[in-house]
Amino acid sequence: MLSRTAENIYWLARYVERAENIARLLDVALRMSAVPQESSDGTNEWHSAIVASGCEDHFYEAHERAGAQEVIHYLTRDRENPSSIISCFAAARSNARTVRTALSTSAWEAINSTWLEMAELDDKDFSPEHLRKFLDWVKERSLLFGGAVASTMMHRDGYWFNRIGALIERADSTARILDVKYHVLLPEYETIGGTIDFYQWATILRSVSALRAYHWVYRDRVKPWLVAELLILKPEMPRSLAYCYHELTQNLDHLANAYGGARGECHRQAGKTDAFLRYGKIDHIFEQGLHEFLTGFIEDTDALGLEITNQYLT
Amino acid sequence: MPSEMKTACFDEMGPANECREQYRLIRDWLENAPEGTLEIKHREAEFIFRRTGITFAVYTSGGDPERLIPFDIIPRILDNSEWDYLSSGLTQRVRALNAFIGDVYGKQEFIRAGKIPAELVLLNPGFVSEMVGLPVAAGAYMHISGIDIVRVGPKEFYVLEDNCRTPSGVSYMLENREVMTRLFPDLVNKARIKPVSHYPEDLLETLRSVAPLNCRGAPEVVLLTPGIFNSAYYEHSFLADEMGIELVEGADLVVQDLMVYMRTTRGLKRVDVIYRRIDDPYLDPLVFLPDSSLGVPGLMAAYHAGNVTIANAPGAGIADDKAVYTYVPDMIRFFLGEEPILHNVPTWKCGTPSDLSYVLEHLHELVVKDVHGSGGYGMLVGPHASKAELAEFAVKLRASPQTYIAQPTLALSTCPTFVDSGVAPRHVDLRPFILMGREIRLAPGGLTRVAMREGSLVVNSSQGGGTKDTWILEGTG
Repeated sequence: MLSRTAENIYWLARYVERAENIARLLDVALRMSAVPQESSDGTNEWHSAIVASGCEDHFYEAHERAGAQEVIHYLTRDRENPSSIISCFAAARSNARTVRTALSTSAWEAINSTWLEMAELDDKDFSPEHLRKFLDWVKERSLLFGGAVASTMMHRDGYWFNRIGALIERADSTARILDVKYHVLLPEYETIGGTIDFYQWATILRSVSALRAYHWVYRDRVKPWLVAELLILKPEMPRSLAYCYHELTQNLDHLANAYGGARGECHRQAGKTDAFLRYGKIDHIFEQGLHEFLTGFIEDTDALGLEITNQYLT
Repeated sequence: MPSEMKTACFDEMGPANECREQYRLIRDWLENAPEGTLEIKHREAEFIFRRTGITFAVYTSGGDPERLIPFDIIPRILDNSEWDYLSSGLTQRVRALNAFIGDVYGKQEFIRAGKIPAELVLLNPGFVSEMVGLPVAAGAYMHISGIDIVRVGPKEFYVLEDNCRTPSGVSYMLENREVMTRLFPDLVNKARIKPVSHYPEDLLETLRSVAPLNCRGAPEVVLLTPGIFNSAYYEHSFLADEMGIELVEGADLVVQDLMVYMRTTRGLKRVDVIYRRIDDPYLDPLVFLPDSSLGVPGLMAAYHAGNVTIANAPGAGIADDKAVYTYVPDMIRFFLGEEPILHNVPTWKCGTPSDLSYVLEHLHELVVKDVHGSGGYGMLVGPHASKAELAEFAVKLRASPQTYIAQPTLALSTCPTFVDSGVAPRHVDLRPFILMGREIRLAPGGLTRVAMREGSLVVNSSQGGGTKDTWILEGTG
């Protein structure tokens, strides 16, 4: 496979995943803004969405404050924001168009029809009363693409690069969501915040579609440290850091095996993080400092992306 | 004049009260289709094209940069005997054109025999001096060509122009059939049409058959595209996909030790045959345009060393120059010792003083073309031009007569076409595609282009022309 093709597939997957993650962040912010009482820490949900999207610096260059209107516009349809949903889908489609030959017809059509439908949207579709419908559409389109890829593409290098792109993006996103709210997840916080922050914890779970999963796994009321454990260490939870790294190492191994066994720095780094998440305990992470752990994790994932690029994509 | 033309032209389906045999099935269908069916089918076709992303970029400012080429759902139909005639004529023409290119870069006997002015060949922008004396695999220069044919009567076909560089449109030929099969499964089945879907396999076999002699194992073939912004990008990716070969850009290829490699996720991989869809001047910045980033530095050196095949060969464009066109019948006689089966449109060379004065006098009834232009740009259609346009063009003609040729305004055949006002006749042409490796192969049919505007003779997609599926019927039934 051409390095350029692999690179396009990798970014295509990242952009689609990013669009979905942004939609989830907005969905949660919208839900929280409907909650009558202020959360105990007094944070603004719209500001949190901006931080969790990784766009904090860029956003505040152009905006004084994070109001609902500004944030919704910025994260959905602002062309100046390379991570807005519209920008993500446009970039995904442009990458897909360049590598059409490497995609299955269904995968291509999933992206292309998304892009075509996007062109039909008008102001009304982004208004507060229609926003949820738009966000659901975004999630559907992303899931459609993922499904088309999984069930119609050959499971060989192109597919693996696609998964690697999606997983790097997702690991980064989950870590950022956790980091924005890390203070409400600390074990000692429960006594400070009390059950009033059920909303905060549920928010985090909802933003990664894990509220139901939490109940199935723990059969218990929502406790903040268990939320952290679920999203960091539970390998069966498809948006957890452990899951992302488990599948990442698998896909990197598939590549190495298909390419004659050669492994490089990206395999070492992915394996190291995978081992930590696989055998780590949440208590140790709290001892180390949750915020410190998450910041380190985001940096490591970024570095891993660069190593993958060096090894395969240039 | 235009109204005269309307009554004079040959209609592919037949005059109003008759129906030519091969159209009977379609005619019956058109007559019996319930009200609104055509409109529905037309929309369905458009939806399929848009969803699969079959678009065509047009080089004009503003508007939708990715436009659909209008597709007409009423097919253009030729019977077996018509196709046999066309295909033998096309095969003959391609053999002669290829022999001419080989001669231009070899012994130059055609020039030395006084059959063509030396300066017309040697000073032609399509002439690539780097090709002189260079042997090519299987003697093939124009591996893929498209020859534009027009029809003016039941048995009167003319060659309008030869395309020997990087002719496009074959993806539409394939997709049009695909769409017709989806929209009208019964009709397509009943009509017994010669299939075209094996074209990509034929193309790949053709390209493999001209791999360099030192290629070991199965030849690695790639398709070299200028990239996503090229108007025919869809076709490039479609063909690469259908053949299962890599679609590469210049930056994906690298030349080391006179070998061509592509950068892959497993490292460098040798490339044997390049089906290039970029023009000669962009192939190699070390030899041609130094500023071009579309090509591959060192490619021509690797080609000279016999380590890679470039298809079509650089310099093949010498054969499709519009001024060289007038000499093709002589090429057929000279190289093959045969009489031309397909005829040229009578052509005046404006570079010849007597021809020029004729052309200037009859400008209002002629079509005048820039010999180096393509895609219908810079062309004058006399009968449709205003007085001012005619006068303006006459000035251009006098200023550089040798860059123009003129032809009579042919009464191009018409074919029933679905337009806003219903089903109406529109002018069509035909571009069959011919493959040449160690043997010559034709896809039965080709691309029928149709001028969607009433009375218009310009079928080019860049000028708003559309396409139709072209049916060649099996046997005679």
